[in-house]
Amino acid sequence: MQVSSAYGLHPQNYIAPSGHYSQGPGKMTSLPSESQCGDYYSGLYTVPTQNVVTPSTVNQQPGAQQMYGRGPPAPHIVGSTSGSFQGAASSASHLYTSASQPYSFVNHYNNPVMYSANSSATSQGFPSTCGNYAMSTVSNAAYPNVSYRSLPAGDPYGQMFTSQNVLTVRPLKDSSFSGHNTPISHPSPLPPPPSQQHQQQQSLSGYNTLSWSAPGLQSTQDSLIRNHTGSLDTDSNNPTHTDSLSCPVMQNVQPPKPSPVVSTVLSGTSSTRTPPAANHPVKPVASVPQPAELLQQKGVDSSSTTSSASPMPNSYDALEGGSYPDMLSSSASSPAPDPAPEPDPVPTLASAVPQPTKMAKPFGYGYPTLQPGYQNATAPLNSGVQSSSPVYSGFQHYAQQYPGMNQLSSSLGGLSLQSSPQPDSLRPVNLTQERNILPMTPIWAPVPNLNVDLRKLNCSPDSFRCTLTNIPQTQALLNKAKLPLGLLLHPFRDLTQLPVITSNTIVRCRSCRTYINPFVSFIDQRRWKCNLCYRVNDVPEEFMYNPLTRSYGEPHKRPEVQNSTVEFIASSDYMLRPPQPAVYLFVLDVSHNAVEAGYLTVLCQSLLENLDKLPGDSRTRIGFMTFDSTIHFYNLQEGLSQPQMLIVSDIDDVFLPTPPDSLLVNLYESKELIKDLLNALPNMFTNTRETHSALGPALQAAFKLMSPTGGRVSVFQTQLPSIGAGLLQSREDPNQRSSTKVVQHLGPATDFYKKLALDCSGQQTAVDLFLLSSQYSDLASLACISKYSAGCIYYYPSFHYTHNPSQAEKLHKDLKRYLTRKIGFEAVMRIRCTKGLSMHTFHGNFFVRSTDLLSLANINPDAGFAVQLSIEENLTDTSLVCFQTALLYTSSKGERRIRVHTLCLPVVSSLADVYAGVDVQAAICLLANMAVDRSVSSSLSDARDALVNAVVDSLSAYGSTVSNLQHSALIAPSSLKLFPLYVLALLKQKAFRTGTSTRLDDRVYAMCQIKSQPLVHLMKMIHPNLYRIDRLTDEGAIHVNDRVVPQPPLQKLSAEKLTREGAFLMDCGYVFYIWIGKSCDNNFIEDVLGYPNFASIPQKMTHLPELDTLPSERARSFITWLRDSRPLSPLLHVVKDESPATTEFFQHLIEDRTEAAFSYYEFLLHIQQQICK
Amino acid sequence: MEAVVFVFSLLDCCALIFLSVYFIITLSDLECDYINARSCCSKLNKWVIPELIGHTIVTVLMLISLHWFIFLLNLPVATWNIYRFIMVPSGNMGVFDPTEIHNRGQLKSHMKEAMIKLGFHLLCFFMYLYSMILALIND
Repeated sequence: MQVSSAYGLHPQNYIAPSGHYSQGPGKMTSLPSESQCGDYYSGLYTVPTQNVVTPSTVNQQPGAQQMYGRGPPAPHIVGSTSGSFQGAASSASHLYTSASQPYSFVNHYNNPVMYSANSSATSQGFPSTCGNYAMSTVSNAAYPNVSYRSLPAGDPYGQMFTSQNVLTVRPLKDSSFSGHNTPISHPSPLPPPPSQQHQQQQSLSGYNTLSWSAPGLQSTQDSLIRNHTGSLDTDSNNPTHTDSLSCPVMQNVQPPKPSPVVSTVLSGTSSTRTPPAANHPVKPVASVPQPAELLQQKGVDSSSTTSSASPMPNSYDALEGGSYPDMLSSSASSPAPDPAPEPDPVPTLASAVPQPTKMAKPFGYGYPTLQPGYQNATAPLNSGVQSSSPVYSGFQHYAQQYPGMNQLSSSLGGLSLQSSPQPDSLRPVNLTQERNILPMTPIWAPVPNLNVDLRKLNCSPDSFRCTLTNIPQTQALLNKAKLPLGLLLHPFRDLTQLPVITSNTIVRCRSCRTYINPFVSFIDQRRWKCNLCYRVNDVPEEFMYNPLTRSYGEPHKRPEVQNSTVEFIASSDYMLRPPQPAVYLFVLDVSHNAVEAGYLTVLCQSLLENLDKLPGDSRTRIGFMTFDSTIHFYNLQEGLSQPQMLIVSDIDDVFLPTPPDSLLVNLYESKELIKDLLNALPNMFTNTRETHSALGPALQAAFKLMSPTGGRVSVFQTQLPSIGAGLLQSREDPNQRSSTKVVQHLGPATDFYKKLALDCSGQQTAVDLFLLSSQYSDLASLACISKYSAGCIYYYPSFHYTHNPSQAEKLHKDLKRYLTRKIGFEAVMRIRCTKGLSMHTFHGNFFVRSTDLLSLANINPDAGFAVQLSIEENLTDTSLVCFQTALLYTSSKGERRIRVHTLCLPVVSSLADVYAGVDVQAAICLLANMAVDRSVSSSLSDARDALVNAVVDSLSAYGSTVSNLQHSALIAPSSLKLFPLYVLALLKQKAFRTGTSTRLDDRVYAMCQIKSQPLVHLMKMIHPNLYRIDRLTDEGAIHVNDRVVPQPPLQKLSAEKLTREGAFLMDCGYVFYIWIGKSCDNNFIEDVLGYPNFASIPQKMTHLPELDTLPSERARSFITWLRDSRPLSPLLHVVKDESPATTEFFQHLIEDRTEAAFSYYEFLLHIQQQICK
Repeated sequence: MEAVVFVFSLLDCCALIFLSVYFIITLSDLECDYINARSCCSKLNKWVIPELIGHTIVTVLMLISLHWFIFLLNLPVATWNIYRFIMVPSGNMGVFDPTEIHNRGQLKSHMKEAMIKLGFHLLCFFMYLYSMILALIND
């Protein structure tokens, strides 16, 4: 049924780009005859089966079959997974076959040579990755269409087909992306299949319904594909081959109900099940109650089995859609071909195979003058209708018209196909009428509309994302779209798979110094053309030899050219001085306030635990300083019997009492002394009466101590610095906390910390600030020390060792991560982009040393960056733009390394295409960064206005491009449908909210987080995820490290979703809330919380007990899984309904009205009002 | 007396012209990555107050010597200088802040500002020169 509902969706995808037809229900003008409908549908269903080619007919068939057959001894699992995969792919193929055809022809007949080359390369280079290849094939299959774009156009990148086709190094990733773009299987909300007649009656309305039923679809399918990707992976016993692990969903997944549906069932099943999609359409909004969601949740599961019904089309698609080489390579490398699982349809349909391909071309080009709108309008009407008789000329007919239409519909020629990879992204959504705007499953980054090969090579969106995946050609076009253009980077992310390249010459463009990357083009064997400045460079002799395949003369097979994320080990040319050792200095506040809070115990304990895990080599050095009104140094030099404390009381002119060598000592030589000190420290100052804090002088001393080497300074501060340089006064007026007017003092009070930070940055020293204070400490000023020295900021409000044990535990966990995570020293990051684009503003913690060079004294894996871009020259003569970040750093082992990420994006010339490619999450994160800047430089209310205007401008700009929309409605393209919701979430975020009491430090900390967090974590802070956890089931669950992790659907953030009978988990990134309804099932309370009933749950509960019950296991594994996905361990609060703590929980329900802010619906009306003005 | 006023203004104006040129050169050095933001900004911040004083003196002098037209011509620029100086946020290191100069096109706007000032000072230079000669002839 998914499949068919997908077809219902299908038309919309094509409608949207042209934008003139049928954006609303009831606007349909022409009804096709029933026979037509029949043709259309039969086409859809038959083609897949026909694609099922016998091995004898087409030679790559074995490859496909092997890849499904091969695998673990549990055949039924394999069957189901591959099946569902194929289901997904196949439906995608229906959607896109049209587009795929042209390309497949070209590819097919033009480049026969590459198969052999590719297969050999694969088998030699990556013998163990067959499973992955299999999957990459699948992903190919899902997008046959894309490749079509560049080939006919004959752009310079066309070359790459021959040269760089294979070696998918990130198959997992790819396939997960493919999921994103295949809005196919709609889990059926209404199970009973109505009669055929019924369907036909509703065929018209079937289309209309989709406008509301769709949002869930895409992502459901998403997760589906993800799951299966994962399972396939495990099944074939392959190590995950990429960096894709940051999305934990993809790890080791097993579908819970492996039920092999034989492929013969296919057309029958799907035809009976189609109706539901067309079924509940007509009553639009009101009919989407919660049960439907639950059903949908079930649908996730059922869809996996159903879709397994049509397995073969996948291979067909692979065959047709240009993934040929991959198929071959997988077959070449696979040890034991086992075509068992899906032999059924083959014999009957084999003869039909060549037909579609051959017929396709004439049909496709036979209707070049067809009105695009006509095609669009008719297709949707067929959605509910089908017949199982295989008449597929009709299908081909339809299929082929799309490319023709697209070629027509925009002057862009090849580029116009943008709608195909994101067919859903332009569908107009009436925001005020769509109640459930939030999809049920996490939202993933849109995939740039590139051809398959480029897409496979492209950088992971976890590391590198652009707010517009279709780059507008001119600044004028960008201005017209009113959307922010920028990049979001997470360059030093923890990766599980990273090609590291050691070579004497690092190949770079001679003029712009770009590193060679997958998107360069090889003019011939000896020359390559830079993709950023278009200079033609020579290929050095060394580059001709490929160490992976041990072959000579294939520069395009080098790992640098096969991976968009690589790491080079740099030679001495990249060093200004010998690589520094890892140096850690801890600067600790030991004033009365600090001793009272008791953080020293936690810190020293964490340090003792992790002393051996500190990243570094044998040269690692460590030092300690403490300060109150004086500064204390600790001489830990080897040979001393015990640590020696040296007190410097002259804080106006700080000096080092001994040479730095005895204060910063080798970790291994002085380990015993260090341990002694750490054991002694917590009790050394217990009786102190000193209340002053000389942070400024202590930092100056730390700078002096660190400046010969550079390294990391970790500062622990518990109060406002009160004496010496850099002293601060309290600026917060508690009465103004909930003011709606002006929020002052968001900027620093003094430039002392900024200057010192720049000095530190110049000496390659980063300062990390841990602020553990219960009172106002002027974080706005203190944060500068970390902001400009590329450090990080941690804030633990009201930290107390005994009074607030959950904070203490959080500090302990955070410290563990902090101390043991990767670290890079003396780093610089340069971001380059294609000529014509320029960067004008950077966000993050660093110092911008020159126009495109960020100086990062330290780099850590949890740091994110954002860059704003502008288009300075028109990009008319290029179809692709590339961005490259190169991060040069010294690893903790003293190696100089360069991590290079390259992102490639298409250029578009029409406004619709720009809207189709919006990455709404990236856009929101960039806007948040811009708003922080605005609030500091101008005022908070300006920033809030700017945020609202961003929505108003972009939606009204969209409204004016789509001419014949009803102007009364608030229409957004589907790609932007979450934009108003996210902006509202931002307005209610701690950083930007007004009217709600917010401590200044909390607000400033939220702003610091926005500036320095990578997108994944930032999104949760902006828009928390809400799950219902009292009815967790194993349906759709994934397996991670032998644990079953349930995957409950996302709920929208509104009190209407909370029922008193339930328990809900809210994931706000840095904190989890579990809200227990008043009449929550006692079984749940007992099984999960360990208390007999609601009344006996304590007010402060921060842990889930480890109970030996199934619900408890599920809940805990889900929470642990969520926790594991982020660097900082979040706090857990169990919130009882009607307890005072609920206010905090309800503040995060951003779709609801609060006394100071709009509800989501009101906000929409407000926007609409603004637009109409 | 008139002549003395204009001779002084002329000299002052020359100094301001040189200062504007120095600003432009230093900023374009930064743009071309010859110097880093830190040293560029500290160089320029040093000269913000002298420029401000130099220009205010001429403006006041024109007011005192009752040259209304020239005074009114100078007034907006002098006001802008003072405004810019006063409005520097407390956390910034001066009118030119190394951490922000590469952001939001600040470098370009600084450059533009220096160019406009150069043009303005050149105009003033010839005006003072003309007035000076006129005054000398009248004497």
